[in-house]
Amino acid sequence: MLFKGKAWKFGDDISTDHIAPGRLFHLRTNLPELAKHVLEDADPEFASKVQPGDFVVGGRNFGLGSSREHAPRIIKLAGVGAVLAKSFARIFYRNAINIGLPVLTCDTDQIDAGDELEVDISRGEVKNLTKGISIKTTALPDVMIKILNDGGIVEHFKKHKGFAL
Amino acid sequence: MGKTLAEKILSDRSGADARAGDIVVAEVDAALVQDGTGPLAVEELRRIGMERAAKPERTILFIDHAAPSPRKELSNAHKTLREFAAKTGAILSEVNEGVCHQRMVESYARPGDVIIGADSHTCTSGAVGAFATGMGSTDVALGIASGKTWLKVPETFLIKATGKFQKGVYSKDLILHLIGLIGADGATYKALEFAGDAVEAMSMSERFTLSNMAVEAGAKTGICASDATTRAYLESVGRGSDWKPLEADADAVYERVVEADLSKLEPTVSKPHTVDNTATISEVVGTKVDQVFIGTCTNGRLDDLRVAASILKGKKRASGTRLLVCPASKGVYLDALAEGIIATLVEAGAAVVNPGCGACVGVHAGILGDGEVCLATQNRNFKGRMGNPEGFIYLSSPAIAAASAIEGVIADPRDYL
Ligand code: SF4
Repeated sequence: MLFKGKAWKFGDDISTDHIAPGRLFHLRTNLPELAKHVLEDADPEFASKVQPGDFVVGGRNFGLGSSREHAPRIIKLAGVGAVLAKSFARIFYRNAINIGLPVLTCDTDQIDAGDELEVDISRGEVKNLTKGISIKTTALPDVMIKILNDGGIVEHFKKHKGFAL
Repeated sequence: MGKTLAEKILSDRSGADARAGDIVVAEVDAALVQDGTGPLAVEELRRIGMERAAKPERTILFIDHAAPSPRKELSNAHKTLREFAAKTGAILSEVNEGVCHQRMVESYARPGDVIIGADSHTCTSGAVGAFATGMGSTDVALGIASGKTWLKVPETFLIKATGKFQKGVYSKDLILHLIGLIGADGATYKALEFAGDAVEAMSMSERFTLSNMAVEAGAKTGICASDATTRAYLESVGRGSDWKPLEADADAVYERVVEADLSKLEPTVSKPHTVDNTATISEVVGTKVDQVFIGTCTNGRLDDLRVAASILKGKKRASGTRLLVCPASKGVYLDALAEGIIATLVEAGAAVVNPGCGACVGVHAGILGDGEVCLATQNRNFKGRMGNPEGFIYLSSPAIAAASAIEGVIADPRDYL
């Protein structure tokens, strides 16, 4: 999985309320509509301007807060190739892998808004083409690689007739 | 080598010798979804042809976040849950029965259980000695259908609380203080184990407040030992036979020990927009408050309403400040009615809304206006949390909330006790 696109930069502690706000609770059963508001409370321009393959680049503790799986789902629906952050909140991270949204942990201080990035998910490589540098990423835990390789947790469960982790 | 509470429960429920860092497949003893996360779980099960519940009598679907429904889309989401319950025999918790986590501890959570819920504060049930954790809709859907889930056995932080609370200081102040200390991501992936003579002396309601907020430090769960207090609580809700004793081994291995001396603790609040942005009361006294909200799975129980009523008795809310009260469950509501607490609060100017999540999640019943400040007894103050990204949320105990409703600014509850 190789993605090339632009970086959208966000700060620390981007919560699931920033990504899929409670005031749009009624849209949770209409994900394509909810996706039009993705990350609206962190950057009102993001949803209308993001291009397929672009990257969401956060700071520390990305995705903290509620268990709403709608958050990674609408980031994926918006066409985002991967989310890069210094660290992720636990439930968001697990949800993202479960539904096949790649998440990579790396030093995002080396990325500025608008930088062109090339990200190879399977190899865990992040290249900042604008700055001409490679950024080291933390390898995904084995259990997460197994789930991603099976195509998400549902496909994993169906393939193995249960959890084979 | 001894085991932590998390390692003990996960060993028992997986049949493996579960140690921190291991991946286990565990039995799911109870699973929950709510009206925000449940429809997606049901849809997913329909999509893959697994619309069933392995343990229907231990699968609970809560209509609490938008109850009663403020709009047709949510009414339809509620229909999805009702249909799933009818089809599978799962339990439906209807409008007015209360917030999922309060209902879980009242009627379902047992010491030694593994509980998964599509709601991040599922960790609340950890206070009865369960391994209870929040997950996404798909994870919980698979847990409902198969009766199993996979878990990484967490490392544990031992939270050792000693000493006695001073007047006007409560377990909410303690947990806010601890989150300020640990940080909103300081315990990511970890279990918190609440122990020490102060926790042993706490009521279950106080312990629920601690476990409820474990996730605000990033933790996977927050567990208390199951002791005589747990037993008395389960007996009081008609579930004495669900009790069993559970404690960590004396030689359990902890990744970190965090100590707190309650006697040194001041009333504490979290300032906008993160829970770890804590301050002691003296730093925020005088901040203008437009709305005070007392309720939620964190602090909407009988003792919480009782403290608020004791402060508000014979007084009135400030004219520029709205006061909302939401009992956490129907049982709490009935008890508060019987004790005259609700009458006291209404006389003081409170709008009492039916049991549920109410204003907490920003769906209905208390959405903030632009630039408005709310002081709430809930567990989260993220930007946009109460329905408006232009609002500002402070978090506190019910005592601070009640005192602030009287003054119209953040106030020190010790002046009223
Ligand atoms: S009361 Fe608030 S925190 Fe608790 S379950 Fe409801 S929305 Fe979540």
